[in-house]
Amino acid sequence: MSTLTEAPPPLAPAEPAAEPPRRRGRFTPYWLLLPGILWLVVFFALPLVYQASTSVQTGSLEQGYKVTWHFATYWDALSEYWPQFVRSLCYAAGATVLCLLLGYPLAYLIAFRAGRWRNLIMILVIAPFFTSFLIRTLAWKTILADNGVVVHTLGSLHILDLTNWLGWTAGDRVLATPLAVVCGLTYNFLPFMILPLYTSLERIDGRLHEAAGDLYAKPWTTFRKVTFPLSMPGVVSGTLLTFIPAAGDYVNSELLGSTDTRMIGNVIQTQFLRILDYPTAAALSFILMAAILAMVTIYIRRSGTEDLV
Amino acid sequence: MTTDNSGDVRLSGIGKTYGAFTAVHPLDLTVPQGSFFALLGASGCGKTTTLRMIAGLEEPTCGTVHLGDQNVTHLPPYKRPVNTVFQSYALFPHLDIFENVAFGLRRRGIKSVKKQVEEMLDLVQLGEQARKKPHQLSGGQQQRVAVARALINHPKVLLLDEPLGALDLKLRRQMQLELKRIQTEVGITFIHVTHDQEEAMTMADTVAVMNGGRVEQLGSPTDLYENPGTTFVANFLGTSNLIEAEIDARSGDDIVLKAGGDKLVLPAARCSAPTPAGGRVLVGIRPEKISLAHADDAGAVPEGRNRLTGRIVDASFIGVSTQYVVESRACAELSVYVQNVERDARLVPGADVVLHWSPAHTFGLDAAQDIDAGTEEEVAA
Amino acid sequence: MPVVNWLKRHLVVIAGVLTLAYLLLPNVIVTVFSFNKPKGRFNYQWQQFSLDAWKQPCGVADMCNSLSISLQIAVWATLGATVLGTMISFALVRYRFRARGAINSLIFLPMAMPEVVMAASLLTLFLNMGAQLGFWTILIAHVMFCLSFVVTAVKARVMSMDPRLEEAARDLYAGPVQTFLRVTLPIAAPGIAAGALLSFALSFDDFIITNFNAGSTVTFPMFVWGSAQRGTPVQINVIGTAMFLLAVVLVLVSMLINNRRNSQKA
Repeated sequence: MSTLTEAPPPLAPAEPAAEPPRRRGRFTPYWLLLPGILWLVVFFALPLVYQASTSVQTGSLEQGYKVTWHFATYWDALSEYWPQFVRSLCYAAGATVLCLLLGYPLAYLIAFRAGRWRNLIMILVIAPFFTSFLIRTLAWKTILADNGVVVHTLGSLHILDLTNWLGWTAGDRVLATPLAVVCGLTYNFLPFMILPLYTSLERIDGRLHEAAGDLYAKPWTTFRKVTFPLSMPGVVSGTLLTFIPAAGDYVNSELLGSTDTRMIGNVIQTQFLRILDYPTAAALSFILMAAILAMVTIYIRRSGTEDLV
Repeated sequence: MTTDNSGDVRLSGIGKTYGAFTAVHPLDLTVPQGSFFALLGASGCGKTTTLRMIAGLEEPTCGTVHLGDQNVTHLPPYKRPVNTVFQSYALFPHLDIFENVAFGLRRRGIKSVKKQVEEMLDLVQLGEQARKKPHQLSGGQQQRVAVARALINHPKVLLLDEPLGALDLKLRRQMQLELKRIQTEVGITFIHVTHDQEEAMTMADTVAVMNGGRVEQLGSPTDLYENPGTTFVANFLGTSNLIEAEIDARSGDDIVLKAGGDKLVLPAARCSAPTPAGGRVLVGIRPEKISLAHADDAGAVPEGRNRLTGRIVDASFIGVSTQYVVESRACAELSVYVQNVERDARLVPGADVVLHWSPAHTFGLDAAQDIDAGTEEEVAA
Repeated sequence: MPVVNWLKRHLVVIAGVLTLAYLLLPNVIVTVFSFNKPKGRFNYQWQQFSLDAWKQPCGVADMCNSLSISLQIAVWATLGATVLGTMISFALVRYRFRARGAINSLIFLPMAMPEVVMAASLLTLFLNMGAQLGFWTILIAHVMFCLSFVVTAVKARVMSMDPRLEEAARDLYAGPVQTFLRVTLPIAAPGIAAGALLSFALSFDDFIITNFNAGSTVTFPMFVWGSAQRGTPVQINVIGTAMFLLAVVLVLVSMLINNRRNSQKA
């Protein structure tokens, strides 16, 4: 029988000494992290520093720029381009709200009502990604064309009168108006709303709906009190994924808008690539970044969802 | 003892600490070749850590592990002739059953595995399922795959980490017998970690009861049950009535004790505590060893038995037996299990009764211990 | 009213289908207009059916060249971002180390940053370093913004992986390399594949960052952008349609194969 006291058999002398304990993997994480993190530091973080520095430089293309702590650039940039700033935030907010209103039913449909169509609908939501978004945005030029079906219908239903009065459209046109730009932004970022919404809706146990119904909640009450609160993580990440890129976008404004719909992205692009006024462009870009980071931080704190990453 | 001792597992002074927390206090343990050994204890008692140190998945802080004559303390797991059946099985989800079982053979560079794998799958009655993925099997089948995947390598020692924990009660019983059969058939050393005392007792030749990173007691199941050495073992394995008593005198091989005014006799050989006159010990008796007589029949109780008087507080009928809770001067709550042979209709709550048992069934424990150690409430807390 | 009741019950379905239509309408237009024979330089108005563009997809000067540049960049960017991102994910999930919080933020921030800001700041860096803008600067930028997405996808997968599987492999005589190749990698593969696919799509379709850092190199999105000013050839629609169909067919085929495999085994 086994015992605690049994005499240990003598060690065979031929037995080679066992390997010494190795400190396995102490530096492994650093080696794994090094290349990727270095890449991000050099090509993401460092450029932000350069940009901050450029924004307080003065000089000219011919004579070169020097850091002179010229903060007035910020003030000048803001006072000249505040309308584009405000416009960008308004358009982005409008597109985000529209995305939520349009995207939620579809995400809900896929999560709870699609049955065997679920995979097919998912493919249809994702597949447009594989056609260049510029080509798809150009298609809106056809859809919203002045003599097209959409404009005709809106006109004969007198909806255009309403949007004209609101200042969203002008005359008999939709193209080259704020409505077209917001419509394009909504279209472009809608999948970024639908996918996180779907992910968080799909996690909800279907029995919760039955339980709510069992406890005398009508369908709408069930949605308000059970489904929607539980989908909050999806709502938060969806709105962020829509709002942030929409606020910095300049493609929709350029292709579907006019000079009256220029957003801050257009200004930064023009300053950087055409006018070559680097300090102003850098300052504008910096302000945009700061504004968005501040808004996102406040938004995440208020919605209490900090585990987005 | 056989001359082949290559399947012996010998732990000397092996211990494991994580920072300030000691998971396993340095312990010595020898498991002889071919035995079925169980490490039994509540969760967090260090049993799994001990097992993982034998497997090589955890490096001991101190001490050595020997397999036979070979010191394997610092060998990585893939160089040890030891295989593990993991808790919740850890079957590779991307491989089918056949490839799961063949995994170890292939890693050792064995080319023709087909015959061996098929034989092994037949042994665990899964020949038909070879091309299924693990998630397509039931819990019991997955468990058998895990055993086959380990056994096909002909390890010197098979380690089982709560292998039956995920199964329901009925299946667990069936698998206990199955594992025992396989062990007898292949004849290799099994070390089995479990928190289920019944499982440990049905399957193992030797059980080591662990508590707080230490081995409390080691022995055969009957030995541990009949003669527990600590309150933890007494309470964790089955149920024990523990009565505080004062040592009155010594008469021959027996110790005479006083408990709440009653006289009890305890064979000195069955007491693990020092017994100076006037000292205190805990007297233990298993509930099924106690007989229960109505107070009116007190005269019929034979001489020479330990006896206590009391009153029934509660009775629950559970089929094979009736479990009574009796209040007495010596102890506030005594459990008594009476076999359901002839039921005495007078034994209902409120009835005065006499409890009696043979002194030979009594055991004595050191009174300095926590009397509740190892009870369900204490373990759960 | 039965009609009202029916509408009420299917409100979600109706709204969802309308959204789906909104999402797919441009693709329909792109496809239809790939068969157009426009008058003038722009392909915004339907004129008459024609297969000309489909017969000569590379009939436009420089377009297929830009397509090939985009594909090359997408392949290399995917490879780079997937390898670097997978390494980071494993480090984040499997090891403890200093500065974890800072590293997490560094990975999260590129996803929370408007593209135009990253584009402009990266250009500032390249100008300051005097780097030659072109293929390599585009590639560097693409690896940078794809990295975070790969990390997110792979991390989720590695986190949900049972560490006991690797222990089981080591217990069954697989050394560290074998364990990684035979167990860890196959199980993490769906996450890695998802990250790679996302990288490819993001890189291939990127316009804003590319536009800032391309110099005189023209990728496919930049070609489309330029054509919006100069005149849109029908071939653009042909490419767009072909890509869409290819994606749908690929996904459908892989789903069919999956279904068949599952039904065979069940």
